[in-house]
Amino acid sequence: MNWEIVIGLECHVQLATRSKIFSPASTEFGAAPNTQAHMVDMALPGVLPVMNREAAACAIRFGLAVGGAIAQRSIFARKNYFYPDLPKGYQISQYEIPVVSGGQVRIITDQGQRSIELTRAHLEEDAGKSLHEGVDEIPSGCSGIDLNRAGTPLLEIVSEPVMRSAKEAAAYARALHTLVTWIGICDGNLQEGSFRVDANVSVRPVGQQAFGTRCEIKNLNSFRFLERAIEVEAQRQIELIEDGGAVTQETRLYDPDAEQTRAMRSKEDAHDYRYFPDPDLPPLIISPDWIEQIRSELPELPEALRTRLSQEFGLSDYDALMVSATRPTVDYFFQVIRAGEGQGVDAKLAANWIMGDVASNLNREGLDIDQTKVSAAQLAGLIARVADGTISNKIARDVFASLWSGEYPTADAVIEAKGLKQIQDSGLITGFVDEVIAANPKMVEEFKAGKDKALNALVGQVMKKSQGKANPQQVTELIRSRLHS
Amino acid sequence: MTASIPDFSDLAGLAKGLANGAFSAPELTQWTLRRLADDGLNAVLAVNPEASLRQAEAAQAQLTSALAGRAGSPGLGFSLCGLPIAHKDIFVTRDWPTTAASKILAGYMSPFDATVVEKLRFAGMVCVAKLNCDEFAMGSGNTHSAYGPTKNPWDHRAIPGGSSGGSAAAVAAGLVPAATGTDTGGSIRQPAAMCGLTGIKPTYGRASRWGMIAYASSLDQAGPIARTALDCAVLLSAMCGFDQKDSTSLELDAEDFAAGIDQPLPQAKAATPLGGLRIGLPKEFFADGLSAEVRAAIDAALAELTRLGAHIREVSLPRTGLSIPAYYVIAPAEASSNLSRFDGVRYGHRAADPKDLMDLYCRSRAEGFGHEVKRRILIGTFVLSHGYYDAYYIQAQRVRRLVAQDFDAAFADCDLIAGPVAPTVAWDIDAPTTNPLQEYLADIYTLGVNLAGLPAMSVPVGFGQAGAAQRPIGMQLIGPRLKESLLLKTAYHLQAATDWHTRTPPPVGRSA
Repeated sequence: MNWEIVIGLECHVQLATRSKIFSPASTEFGAAPNTQAHMVDMALPGVLPVMNREAAACAIRFGLAVGGAIAQRSIFARKNYFYPDLPKGYQISQYEIPVVSGGQVRIITDQGQRSIELTRAHLEEDAGKSLHEGVDEIPSGCSGIDLNRAGTPLLEIVSEPVMRSAKEAAAYARALHTLVTWIGICDGNLQEGSFRVDANVSVRPVGQQAFGTRCEIKNLNSFRFLERAIEVEAQRQIELIEDGGAVTQETRLYDPDAEQTRAMRSKEDAHDYRYFPDPDLPPLIISPDWIEQIRSELPELPEALRTRLSQEFGLSDYDALMVSATRPTVDYFFQVIRAGEGQGVDAKLAANWIMGDVASNLNREGLDIDQTKVSAAQLAGLIARVADGTISNKIARDVFASLWSGEYPTADAVIEAKGLKQIQDSGLITGFVDEVIAANPKMVEEFKAGKDKALNALVGQVMKKSQGKANPQQVTELIRSRLHS
Repeated sequence: MTASIPDFSDLAGLAKGLANGAFSAPELTQWTLRRLADDGLNAVLAVNPEASLRQAEAAQAQLTSALAGRAGSPGLGFSLCGLPIAHKDIFVTRDWPTTAASKILAGYMSPFDATVVEKLRFAGMVCVAKLNCDEFAMGSGNTHSAYGPTKNPWDHRAIPGGSSGGSAAAVAAGLVPAATGTDTGGSIRQPAAMCGLTGIKPTYGRASRWGMIAYASSLDQAGPIARTALDCAVLLSAMCGFDQKDSTSLELDAEDFAAGIDQPLPQAKAATPLGGLRIGLPKEFFADGLSAEVRAAIDAALAELTRLGAHIREVSLPRTGLSIPAYYVIAPAEASSNLSRFDGVRYGHRAADPKDLMDLYCRSRAEGFGHEVKRRILIGTFVLSHGYYDAYYIQAQRVRRLVAQDFDAAFADCDLIAGPVAPTVAWDIDAPTTNPLQEYLADIYTLGVNLAGLPAMSVPVGFGQAGAAQRPIGMQLIGPRLKESLLLKTAYHLQAATDWHTRTPPPVGRSA
């Protein structure tokens, strides 16, 4: 039987606000346990929550970016359950009326482009963390509670169950990750848990309308794990059904070492969260003015930018996608274009350099693009020298290496100091060509017999003699004209 | 030694004594602390003489410098500086343990003061004690305190009312001139009535709930219990005001409720200062269930108000009966969630040697909470449960809106509403309590006000007889939103014409 996989994702995005969603404590990551827990976060008797409007502004930004509907009046609700890292015994979240409804995110896979529809996005607070024995000096037989994270603002973004493969789900998660960092509402740090994904996975025979029973895989914090977890979970469900069993609705955890998912709790153990509107918080009122103000501050979104990169700058879809992978990358791209204006620095060349030598050097040293060792101005200066024929592409890569190592401040300085300028004197090159033709009669024969490979070899010899400073095109033409005459 | 300090004085009288130097703030504080030390009523849960005296010294320094630069204040308002105040043990305090009269918070020390506590301290008041109440403010008789019931100073066999029973008993017995209370379903008005005092619950959102241990967040309000309307007006002015730490706090400028309190209403004459005032009597408040003696006392007070110029007319609050079930769904629902934080993990009572996490939760809460609190947590958990939420909680919210609409409709025909606070005088402490519904039904006249978020007060209007003892009766005045001034003015003129508020309990059981 052929099976179809059905996937919906719930992404928990930590919002990049300075203080928590309902308390004045800092949201900075990595502080000593409980040093960033305000008495509101500790749920001392008598404390009350006060909404951080910055968190609501983040939700509005997101709603605008995905084209969702922003509720003018949304409600905070209490989700009641007992857990040691949940100090109030309830989590403040949004239930019946979320701040954002609908919207969509465009994804690109090798199947092409498509939109993933969103169900909703709602604001809520994060819980604290339980630390178990052995961690951070917790004595044996004890658990510790760190409330630094308690009350950190989250936007929970829920997709419709419209994805049909693990690849598609991973592409969606990546696109969403790009978007939330792009619009500046999340730092996107996966290791620190700033972007956490739960996947709802079910399978059904191809052609069947009704959904199969789903399982939820919790807390996937890497795209690779997400993709793998969905694959193994779908496989598990298919095998279970084919062996005559049935999937039971449950929450599962992915174990990347064992490459399998494991049951965490079944539906029978599911809490009755007893949601009800939080009487401590008035409805969140969002005025049209507020929305318009945020709309006016919104950066150009990845999709619009990609269209512009292809239409205005002539980049291919692939190049446009790569250049717009992150906001800092595209900023760097535009800085290069601006710095190279009037010097023949074209977009295609800039994109090639960014995806080529810049990316590989960054990768090798584990740096982000905003930590690049070759500035946009330096790169523009280098590309300009290729464009005006001063140096060849090959030499340019050496110049780039010198700039990266910080040996010289500009491409011109490298070219000057190392004497890398392309030889313009055609007499000198003609001399080299004649020498090479004379020394390689066998290759000349082969070329004349129609073997283009031989031409390349001859050009290579001339280039070698010129120490790379000849213009390879000029050399090729010279050899052709000499041998045809 | 301090013979110059008068017994049973109101705040206004004590303020005069401080202002003219008859006694000092530390002397008044010492005197009050001596009274509180031997109350015979179980009204007091905690004192901290050292902290009180520190506050008194600071107040005296303020008084001395203020007196030097001032030639007497105009009008009836007076400075609260140097005057003693005791707080219901629902307000958290830095220098006194805060227990909410529950074992689960035995010995709990808050790292901060409630906004109301802070505001009164900023006004110069000296905190002298934390007072008994029903556990987490759940009760109508102060019999649900983990630290034992409080006695009514008028008759030690009787409850003082609840849940702010310790507050009312302490003021009625002359242990303190005034106290704070909280009112979720009548918890200021009913004990004030049963102890012969004046108490007011302001419009929801007037007083900050920051630092007030939550029972039912959408209903809880703080307010004062004192001897007179004037005292309440001055206290309430100091207690209210916008607080950015409470999102349900109303963004209003501070209001002086004492300003012009003695003036007649606009267009009224001095002889009939309430001239033109339309007072509505909800017919549902005077139906079956209201005791004859309460009815008679209210009638007499209404006759007095008429003499002062008010017009009495009948109005209707048809959903009065429904306010009881609506309240006893909404309040427990919120309480069940509000009290989840008392889990034995971070503070408060923790069961010894828990087997596992579930055992820690179950036993800490089972050992820490009393019967009535458990009952309300169970009711609240039930009404919020999957499958019952719509039938109970949503339905109760609908009723709540209808109750509020009833008040709006009634206020189209009157300026304020008058009626009883409770159907009877205080009942006996040891009255059989096999059926909690009986206690709930006694709240019938007070609950609607909280559901609608309106201001309301209790004014003493007479006594009922219980054997040889007298038990006080209060009249309730209910106003439209934010009309506290009108309530207080009406009560002020009634008190100017009567002397119920000046009566004091017999000295039995009171240490002289």
